Amino acid sequence: MSHHIVEVRDLFFAYPDGTEALKGISFRIEHGVAVALVGANGAGKSTLLLHLNGYLPTTRGEVRIGDSALTRETAPMVRRAVGMVFQDPDDQLFMPTVAEDVAFGPLNAGLPADQVEDRVAMALERVGMTHVRERPPYRLSAGEKRAVAIATVLAMTPDILVMDEPSSNLDPRNRRRLIELLRSFAHTRIIATHDLELVVEVCSHVIVMDGGAIVAQGPTRAILDDEELMLAHGLERPHSLRHHHPHPPSA
Amino acid sequence: MKLVDWIEIGRMDELGRMDTPVHRLDARAKIVVTVAFIVLVMSFSRYALSALTPFLLYPVALIAMGHIPARHILTKILVAAPFALVIGIFNPFMDRHPVAIMGPFVVTGGWLSFASIMLRFVLTVGAALALVACTGMYRLGAGLEQLGVPRMFVTQLLFLYRYLFVVANEGLTMLRGVELRSNGIRSLRFRVYGSLIGHLLLRSMDRSERVYRAMVARGFDGEIHVLRRASFCWSDWAFVCGCLAFFVAARTWNLAHGLGLLLTGSVR
Repeated sequence: MSHHIVEVRDLFFAYPDGTEALKGISFRIEHGVAVALVGANGAGKSTLLLHLNGYLPTTRGEVRIGDSALTRETAPMVRRAVGMVFQDPDDQLFMPTVAEDVAFGPLNAGLPADQVEDRVAMALERVGMTHVRERPPYRLSAGEKRAVAIATVLAMTPDILVMDEPSSNLDPRNRRRLIELLRSFAHTRIIATHDLELVVEVCSHVIVMDGGAIVAQGPTRAILDDEELMLAHGLERPHSLRHHHPHPPSA
Repeated sequence: MKLVDWIEIGRMDELGRMDTPVHRLDARAKIVVTVAFIVLVMSFSRYALSALTPFLLYPVALIAMGHIPARHILTKILVAAPFALVIGIFNPFMDRHPVAIMGPFVVTGGWLSFASIMLRFVLTVGAALALVACTGMYRLGAGLEQLGVPRMFVTQLLFLYRYLFVVANEGLTMLRGVELRSNGIRSLRFRVYGSLIGHLLLRSMDRSERVYRAMVARGFDGEIHVLRRASFCWSDWAFVCGCLAFFVAARTWNLAHGLGLLLTGSVR
């Protein structure tokens, strides 16, 4: 089960133009935990995410997924373990039909046709999108696209789910559905988002980034309730933590 | 998604997914026949008109048997018609020698070749559209690949098809942005257009980077795998042989001679 552990040690990264995007990132995420990655625009969240499946090469420091360090050799294996849902579903859905899009990952993994079919059915069922399986992805609504994008990743049966801004562009009902879906997963989850209310409901731990470094990490409530810390890094103390609602979103 | 609705690209996909005898034919069979059709139609002499008419049978039969609404194909042909018009429109002025007399009218070689160009245009574009409508873009791509077209070209074609409208929509959004800030001045300066197109290119490049990233994340290794491989069966062979035999016959003899006399009067 150690596959589900994500560990980053002293990770540095600079873009070719010299911009230092990551300056010594270290954290460890245990099996099955949902962790939020928060921080202002340009804090380095997306750059960090791109390191987690080896899309950006590790030049200094180390990324460990499960037992193995991420290198050029282990990247294909790591990409099967780490499912990544990107911010714009239009970038992720490029096949002619939803079913073919969901089958893209399993087919690349070399699975036989009948198993691919099972995976497609399972993944679409899981996100409640079975009814759109023969539709072209670009004809779907934003909420449906997001759900299908998640299904394309679930079909690869990853141990770890990495998501960039999963609730962006969603209406309240679709956002609610997404939150329930994210809460129902047993995977290790890493969610980069500005939606701090989603963090309160879904994630047990938070990592706060600013200027390419981690400025705080710990249990969600302890971190997000720290108004001074939040304001200092371009964030805000979530409304739900300021007031005691008669119907708390989650314990 | 205004533009998508206008071009009805989704409609073409829906048509391509229908289940009729022509849809069930192997994509390769339809590609081979359509290419042969286009080559033969283009091989006629410049004044051929009546001899071309039997070739109408192929796209019409494909559309009818595939239950494709003819109106849909006809509007698409009209969209492309200006290109053919531009190619043929000067013929009547350049080539003025009379070839036939129809009652009070003298038909010149130019008008005849112009009519021939327009007929060939309708035939070839109609056949190509019928092919896409009866096959679907994706199976067409798979068929091309199985026929030995380099994978890179096929992948390019499919991505062009998928993202053409995403990029076009981005362009429209930018144009709207310009319009909202141009105080009702309709004509844009050349410089603004240059900048717009440059931005569109940069955006497309950014998007291609993100799409590639998403593909790599799902184990893309340079090859797009297809869920179901089509296999060539006896009905495909029958279709190919039957169509080619008909085309060759129509190319060799003027099958429409009798009918052609009836249709085109004393032309020829």
